[in-house]
Amino acid sequence: MRLELRENTSIPRLTAAILIAVGVAMAVCSVLIIWAGASPIEGWHLMIKGALGSRFALSETLTRATPLIFTGLAAAVAFRAKLWNIGGEGQFYIGACVAVLLGTRGANLSPLVMIPYLFAAGAIAGGLFLLVPTLLKTYLNVDEVVTTLLLNFVVLLFVNWLVFGPWKDPMSMGWPQSAPVVDAAMLPILLAKTRLHLGFAVAVLSAVFVWWFMAYTTWGFEMRAVGAGLKASTFAGMPITRTIVRTALLSGGLAAMAGVSELCGVKGYLTTDLSPGFGYTGIVVAMLAALNPLGIVASAIFVAIIYIGADFMSRAINISNYIADVTTAVSLLSVLMAVFLTKYRIKRG
Amino acid sequence: MDLMGFFMETGFWMACIRMATPLIFGTLGELICERAGVLNLGIEGIMAAGCMGGWMWVYLGGSLWTGIVFAAFIGAVFGLLHAGFTVFLGLSQHVTGLGITLLGSSLSAYVFRMLLPKATTPPKIVPFQALEIPFLGDIPFLGEIFFSQTALTYLALAAIIFVAFVLFKTPLGLALRMVGENPMAVEAQGLNVFYLRTLAVCAGSAMMAVGGAFLTMSAFDAYYIGMVNGRGWICIALVVFSSWKPFKALAGCLLFAAFDAIQMRVQQQAGMAIPYQFYLMLPYVFSIVALVIMSRKAAYPNALLIPFRKGER
Repeated sequence: MRLELRENTSIPRLTAAILIAVGVAMAVCSVLIIWAGASPIEGWHLMIKGALGSRFALSETLTRATPLIFTGLAAAVAFRAKLWNIGGEGQFYIGACVAVLLGTRGANLSPLVMIPYLFAAGAIAGGLFLLVPTLLKTYLNVDEVVTTLLLNFVVLLFVNWLVFGPWKDPMSMGWPQSAPVVDAAMLPILLAKTRLHLGFAVAVLSAVFVWWFMAYTTWGFEMRAVGAGLKASTFAGMPITRTIVRTALLSGGLAAMAGVSELCGVKGYLTTDLSPGFGYTGIVVAMLAALNPLGIVASAIFVAIIYIGADFMSRAINISNYIADVTTAVSLLSVLMAVFLTKYRIKRG
Repeated sequence: MDLMGFFMETGFWMACIRMATPLIFGTLGELICERAGVLNLGIEGIMAAGCMGGWMWVYLGGSLWTGIVFAAFIGAVFGLLHAGFTVFLGLSQHVTGLGITLLGSSLSAYVFRMLLPKATTPPKIVPFQALEIPFLGDIPFLGEIFFSQTALTYLALAAIIFVAFVLFKTPLGLALRMVGENPMAVEAQGLNVFYLRTLAVCAGSAMMAVGGAFLTMSAFDAYYIGMVNGRGWICIALVVFSSWKPFKALAGCLLFAAFDAIQMRVQQQAGMAIPYQFYLMLPYVFSIVALVIMSRKAAYPNALLIPFRKGER
């Protein structure tokens, strides 16, 4: 057996490959449902019903997809430039912290000022936070995979200290949570009687922006070029370090916007369980979309369906909702394989 | 506060070596993979799978040692998956590794919840007991701290010697190191690069899983979700710190565990002067600092991250 490079990769073939991969993931997880003693048809039916079956279910799914679009974009931008930012989780909480720091004061401000201000401030903080491992990488050759990963743990402990210590809300009846942000900082609800908030619109606009930025600007082109071949871009006279710094600022900023959006859109106050791993799931979202910014909106909604659906299914029949994590992990691996098969064909001999 | 005091205590040093054990297994496992040219970011999930799998085996009635074998087997299966993707297909080692980590962690959580749905208080097993080695264990201080550990710790220390021997004194080790430096040359010798790398990744992953199993079967007697808690990532930092050398890896793990043990003691004695969260940050911060110090001179295996394809250059 040997691998042969295909001449071209067409978009329909890529889409078909991703859909087949998702099918494979669902088949693997059907086995887990059968093992739990339920019928997979009933299981998947419940998942679809729980995630898409009503206006409210659909709104919950889109609400869950919102932070995933941001963290997915963050991962995609970085991975395109071969900057392995696995620190989305940490940057998410940095954004959330900034939202609390600035959003709990200034009650007289208009939301028109407050909301853009919080998103901008959070994004800058998240970008600067990712800059630390990035500069360590470019100047001292320190592997950014490990540093960004380890910083996630540091940030989470820091947030833990904040909500148990200096930021603990005296009105929270002893729960470890920060004071809520002012009303002007809360993102308006898009759909009456649901939790779907403005953050979703911001996330979709961000996806369009990132798509345009990567495809049609010089900076975006440089990012892709650096990712495709460091040596060639050096020879072409591209500013490598500056490009990587820009990538870090954009990627960290997007992940932090997820934190701002989630904090100001859903809860209003900071807790240590604000993110059930949105930073890590964002990596799966980005890979499912083959790093395409517009595809990320679709893949984020798909992953959100799995999570919301699995929650519903686990309440209806006795199956642990960890099945959602398994499904996304298997999807990631099978999509990786499928995208590979669109680029190579396997030949005998 | 008596800082000097506990350096003299045998209890402190015994704790160091105990805490170093899972790191030794994990670091050695990662070291073998990277020496053969494959970065294994699946380590965190593989440790989680070994942690849960080994424990569950014993909880369901297996013996401790067969539990360790079972954990190693699970690790090797994940390693085979990783090798299939990264070695045979040449897919991104970063993304595959993260995928394996997500799969290993989530699958162990799912299996645990499905097998023990009603467990509110974590059920317990009888873990490995301290096994004092006759004569050696009676040597004051050094004997006490090294030779009254559990069997898995001895296994970890033996594994270091074994891995160092295989890597540097046998033809197999030479071939394994060579696939990590110059796979073309290995191919030219008529050896199969794919098989060698797969062997390294499977063996390494099995060791990682045993490291995870140590947590539930020796250090503690119960499993809870999220137990590995970044130890795998720390091991990856320790591999760089150790310059890909087994005995340096032992030194790195011991140094790291010593820092960890010190922070715990200081935390107990200094009390609430500094919030405990900052003590808990120290292992992660220390790993980052260690990476920063060592990375300038780090001589990564030349072919690390580079997939080998026949006939391609």
